[in-house]
Amino acid sequence: MEFKDTQAIYLQIVDWMCDNIVKEKWKSDERIPSVRELGILLEVNPNTVMRAYECLQNQHIIYNKRGLGFFVSEDASVRITERKRTEFIGQVLPEFFRQMKLLGISWEVIHCEFEKLNREEDS
Amino acid sequence: MMIRMNQLDFSYRKKNVFSGLNLTLSEGHVYGLLGKNGAGKSTLLKLMCGLLFPERGEINVMGYLPSARKPAFLSELFFIPEEIYLPDLKMSAYAELLRPFYPRFDRQMLEEYMEEFEVSLDERMSRMSYGQRKKALICLGLACNTRLLVMDEPTNGLDIPSKSHFRCLIASVATKDRCIIISTHQVRDLDNLIDALVVVEESRILVNVTTDRITEKLVFKNLEEDESALFAEESVKGRWGVVVNENGEDSKLDMELFFNAVLQHPEKIRAIFGNDKVND
Repeated sequence: MEFKDTQAIYLQIVDWMCDNIVKEKWKSDERIPSVRELGILLEVNPNTVMRAYECLQNQHIIYNKRGLGFFVSEDASVRITERKRTEFIGQVLPEFFRQMKLLGISWEVIHCEFEKLNREEDS
Repeated sequence: MMIRMNQLDFSYRKKNVFSGLNLTLSEGHVYGLLGKNGAGKSTLLKLMCGLLFPERGEINVMGYLPSARKPAFLSELFFIPEEIYLPDLKMSAYAELLRPFYPRFDRQMLEEYMEEFEVSLDERMSRMSYGQRKKALICLGLACNTRLLVMDEPTNGLDIPSKSHFRCLIASVATKDRCIIISTHQVRDLDNLIDALVVVEESRILVNVTTDRITEKLVFKNLEEDESALFAEESVKGRWGVVVNENGEDSKLDMELFFNAVLQHPEKIRAIFGNDKVND
């Protein structure tokens, strides 16, 4: 896997794992690879992989069965969408607003473009 | 605690290398040992392996004095030096020769590793290329299953697919009870495997800190033109630099940039990480 230089590795692993769940490569209540297996696959230190697992466990996207490993939560997809929404509002939007200000783009323009895109999608 | 060095002095004849060096390393980590040419990286590794003796100070490695070279100590340590020496044997024969000295030696692992690296167990090692011999020794070292694994520039001489195999192998042997120490100039080869950095410079340890701790304290990012930074470099993509992490931002550690920052502003970096030790 190619990692970007601009985001913490464990967060990139979190995103990649979420993708696997959304795409149903990893299904609800199925066991996912162990920390060690994923470390080998991604060529990453197991401590870093563990951090990604802890992050997903805290958000109840995966859960741990003692001695058996990690499993995908039943409502993982819903929670991932929630996670992505929070991320969008917290990270994408501020940057978007910053660019708007910087380039002097008004709300009307944004609204117009949004409507245009909607119409194109509908037709 | 795996390794403790206390107030260590060492010099080669008239060249002083270390004075009053302190270093503590723990199990469960893959340490990257960084330093400029001639800073003493290899010397440090040889001191912990009992290949060089300090003039003053203490070294404790897994409860042993390395210079005493007790069999129980040596059976838990594998050292892969930069310049490797291998006898004129086939690996299959050499492994049998070494096997009695390493109680947890695993022949099956050796075979798997050699296959992965596409090195033959039955070819005489004197006929192998440098890269092949290096890979053979890495396989042997990992198959010995020692608690302490010390490697001096292990990726030197490895081709591109072998570097990737090497990373897989290290990821697979990096367990909680093991300490892996890798000295390297090729930081990018091992970027995501190293989880703690030790920087040696001017006869002492400048920093010894986990990568998590570094990104907790510092942010690596593109900077605005006039944004002040601890250290920055100009590139085609703009100003790339490191600043103090005041807002709990997450970023990816850029080891080369961090290393340059440490060399440029040792005191500032020490003030940030001064009392840190990699202990958990």
